[in-house]
Amino acid sequence: MRIPCPICGARSYEEYTYQGDATVVRPNPETTDPAPWHAYVYLRDDPKGPHRELWHHTAGCRAWIVVERDTVTHAVHSSTLARSEGGRQA
Amino acid sequence: MSADQPFRRETGGQIDRRRPLSFTFDGRRYTGYAGDTLASALLANGVRLLGRSFKYHRPRGVLTAGVNEPNALVTLRAGARTTPNLRATNVELYDGLTAQSQNRWPSLAFDLRAVNRLFAPMFVAGFYYKTFMWPARFWEKLYEPLIRRSAGLGTSTQKPDPDRYERAHAHAEVVIAGGGPAGLMAALAAGRAGARVILCDEGHQLGGQLLAESMTLDGAPAGRWVERTLRELAGLDNVRLMPRTTLFGAYDHNTFGAIEQVAEAAPAPAQVQPRERFWYIESERLVIAAGAHERPIAFAGNDLPGVMLASAARSYVHRFAVQPGSRAVVFGNNADIHATADALAEAGVEIAAVVDGRREPGANPGTHRVRHGRIRQVKGGRAVRGVELDNGERFACDLVCVAGGWTPAVHLSSQLGPKPVWDERIQSFVPGESRQGEVAAGAAAGRFATREALADGAEAGRKAAAEAGFTGASLPQIPAVTEPAQSAPEPLWAVPGHDKTAFIDPQHDVTVADVKLAAREGYSNVEHMKRYTTLGMATDQGKVANVVGLGVLAEQRGTTIAALGTTVFRPPYTPVSIGPLAGYNRQRQFQPVRRTPLHDWQAGKGAQFVEAGAWKRARYFPKHGEDMAAAASREVTTVRSRVGLVDVSTLGRIDIQGPDAAEFLNRVYINGWKRLPVGKARYGVMLREDGIVLDDGTTSRLGEQHYLMTSTTGQAAKVLTHLEYCLQVLWPELDVNIQSVTDQWAGIAIAGPNARELLQRLFPDDDLSSDGFPFMAAGTFDLAGIPARLFRISFSGELGYELNVPADYGAAAAQRLLDLGGDLGVDLYGLEALDIMRIEKGHVTGNELDGRVTAQDLGMGRMLSGKKDYIGRRLSQRQAFLDPERPQLVGLKPTAPMRKATAGAHLMPQGGPDTPENDLGWVSSATWSPTLESYIALGFVRGGSARKGEVLRAADFVRNRDVPVEVVDSVFVDPEGARQRA
Repeated sequence: MRIPCPICGARSYEEYTYQGDATVVRPNPETTDPAPWHAYVYLRDDPKGPHRELWHHTAGCRAWIVVERDTVTHAVHSSTLARSEGGRQA
Repeated sequence: MSADQPFRRETGGQIDRRRPLSFTFDGRRYTGYAGDTLASALLANGVRLLGRSFKYHRPRGVLTAGVNEPNALVTLRAGARTTPNLRATNVELYDGLTAQSQNRWPSLAFDLRAVNRLFAPMFVAGFYYKTFMWPARFWEKLYEPLIRRSAGLGTSTQKPDPDRYERAHAHAEVVIAGGGPAGLMAALAAGRAGARVILCDEGHQLGGQLLAESMTLDGAPAGRWVERTLRELAGLDNVRLMPRTTLFGAYDHNTFGAIEQVAEAAPAPAQVQPRERFWYIESERLVIAAGAHERPIAFAGNDLPGVMLASAARSYVHRFAVQPGSRAVVFGNNADIHATADALAEAGVEIAAVVDGRREPGANPGTHRVRHGRIRQVKGGRAVRGVELDNGERFACDLVCVAGGWTPAVHLSSQLGPKPVWDERIQSFVPGESRQGEVAAGAAAGRFATREALADGAEAGRKAAAEAGFTGASLPQIPAVTEPAQSAPEPLWAVPGHDKTAFIDPQHDVTVADVKLAAREGYSNVEHMKRYTTLGMATDQGKVANVVGLGVLAEQRGTTIAALGTTVFRPPYTPVSIGPLAGYNRQRQFQPVRRTPLHDWQAGKGAQFVEAGAWKRARYFPKHGEDMAAAASREVTTVRSRVGLVDVSTLGRIDIQGPDAAEFLNRVYINGWKRLPVGKARYGVMLREDGIVLDDGTTSRLGEQHYLMTSTTGQAAKVLTHLEYCLQVLWPELDVNIQSVTDQWAGIAIAGPNARELLQRLFPDDDLSSDGFPFMAAGTFDLAGIPARLFRISFSGELGYELNVPADYGAAAAQRLLDLGGDLGVDLYGLEALDIMRIEKGHVTGNELDGRVTAQDLGMGRMLSGKKDYIGRRLSQRQAFLDPERPQLVGLKPTAPMRKATAGAHLMPQGGPDTPENDLGWVSSATWSPTLESYIALGFVRGGSARKGEVLRAADFVRNRDVPVEVVDSVFVDPEGARQRA
């Protein structure tokens, strides 16, 4: 696979570390109910088809990027810098 | 014909008769020519028996002229360069080549294990599952060793590989697999358009079928057109021709793996040469011009040496100028039988019979009389002696050529995902719908005529280049082709008769009888049949057997191959040796070695090093023949009574700057950071979001918006990634930048009662007194014009400092400290002494922070701030983590000081049985404490310090030790911390 990095261009997947679902949001720190925290840490969907994922360009510019990728065809539809998306903290 | 190569023709072929090559096979010396394969050279010398089969040890010869060869597998070279299981049809001949036959004992001609044939009833489909079910213990002791000895392939060497292998990257817009008519035309079209082109072909000569068949292009022999085309391609800077290179794997986004045989055609590579090179190729488009493989027809005895695919026979005649036999029977289900008979006759082979196996025989364009019928049986012991037809006719012969139709090489397409599609016309599978722009051309697409291949290739190359943005070039001119007429094959998979010697997959000895048995027993799904009979699972991966096996299975089930479908092809296309995949990454180059700035200086002081991850760390500094234990004990005593220096450059250092730096630290550490003043260090613990401890270390405030964080050596990379995640993914609103500076600084810890005096001598103008630079102080000092950072922190529990200087000054600074402190008793210590002292102080490292441990388990629950949010806060408070019965950190002291409790031992109650229910915890670290003159240990025990005073057993079931230990406080030395605060 080749993952397009917004900074470095298309690079081999070997340069990246995969982190998984990019849609999870860290609950509001005031949340004391353990259920949303449990869901945040442990529960992940495993969608067949388009998926938003976090990849870390570990052996490159070290940017965390959000990649829209089809889990069936591995087609990559977009990639953006995670830091441009306004954070993942409720 | 010469006596030397009795079956070599005097003219013709793509061989160089001026370059004779000498080689040996099973110790006998032969001669061939440059351009030969090992198989063609052996056939030229009349050698037809090349191996023994996998299960039954049946004699086998040459079936093919390419990479699909299932029978003629040989071992090349000897000693450390022994390479088994190479296809003789694909081995380029070189001077001095030595080859041995395989799977025979004591010799190829007389193989005692051929008695396996008598047990053939036992080796039927699924024999592994049926015969060796019971009793289970017989499997390991009896059955498996027996089978392994008598069935199999060549034996690899146990010696280290003396050769080098390389890994390389290449980039192109268009990658072309195959250098036959379609591939060469594709290269011309894409190359002229200006695209960067890489053309890979597994053979040593480009041209494919143009070299193997009798035909003319534009009125001249095909070889001329190949030469001209190669000349033009060589003149294009954007085209890279890679012969001897197999494109073995096609992967997502047009990335490919290929293996280049750089020095296979030599006894040993030249000094600067790798033997093979792995290519990782990134591109935009793939043209599959991989050709097709002819398939056999199953009939009794169709595996005897002398039975050959018709195309292979033509290839030996035309390309290698070899007579594959003296008297031939040609048999098939399509028009190729006529071209084959003509080619053989032209080469001087007597034609015993041309047998057309079709129910509706085609017209006979040839000059030979054609019989209608089928070969029921081949006669012969170690070689073909004759055939018997189903009408009872018999013919004496030493060569049987079989034309069963062609199977496109759909492998690269199938690897990408699309299911191959059945094509009724050609009775075979063709590539499925394109997935990432790949396009199949010529025979690989089921279009076998040369003019089709040329036209397909030109269009495929144009299209691929255009889709990569290179348009405008005109299509290369398609030459006019004159070649023998072809026809679609009539379905004919197996001739009824003696099924048990009618082979479908000769490499795995799978017969028509096996496939029929599998169908009768219900293994009629293609995937089940494949695994039950092992058809197509040998090293040729079904290139010969796949479609024939499906044909027999379909007939047996009364269905069609289209309805059955086919199995999936996965990389690699042909076997790949491990060497080039590993490339440089073996032995000392297995992974990069990290050396600290003090490495060489310490080596000069006699350091013994140990690998810690990628790092080499100084473990101890032996004197006067000391062993490690003696040296480490002495070094501990040096630190505890005088002063010692240790290299701590490996600790992770992360520079943190920005207006929100304190807020950031507050969110990643469990304790508070808002009130840490400039010039102070603080110990911190980080959790993962699930509440488990990630790492610990000190962070110092160097300026208003400037911090330096240290992490443990082992977790440095993980901590940096974690912090980047927090800043970029979770909280990009924080105005903070971080940067690893581990490699920029040398770190030296100075510890011991004389440490202050020593450092005061290094910084004579600064006040390092207890008031001037107190415990946990941090600051920047001038060291002879160099900015040095000093931190008053202690890992050993003694009065301690950590000095950081720019990496290049590390050795000079360390040497200066030694020079200044001779009268203070200063000396070096290593990782071993450091580890002893941290256990004596109850400090945790990776042994304790094993990914299961919470801050509470470490007795650090009080550090968990209740006033702020931090990573891991909520889940650190989950019910299970608050259970007082969780194993918690304690110290352990053997009741007899000289008895060692080993790390990894289980903590069991005294007197209780050794059951999992009784298991109270474990020992995590253990050492001899020179300070206490006793063995001591750290561990985790249920209930933790509430058990203080209890005596448990440290039971090590691996080392068979059982040591009574008393639960004590985890800090063995100076529990009040008076020394480090002095």
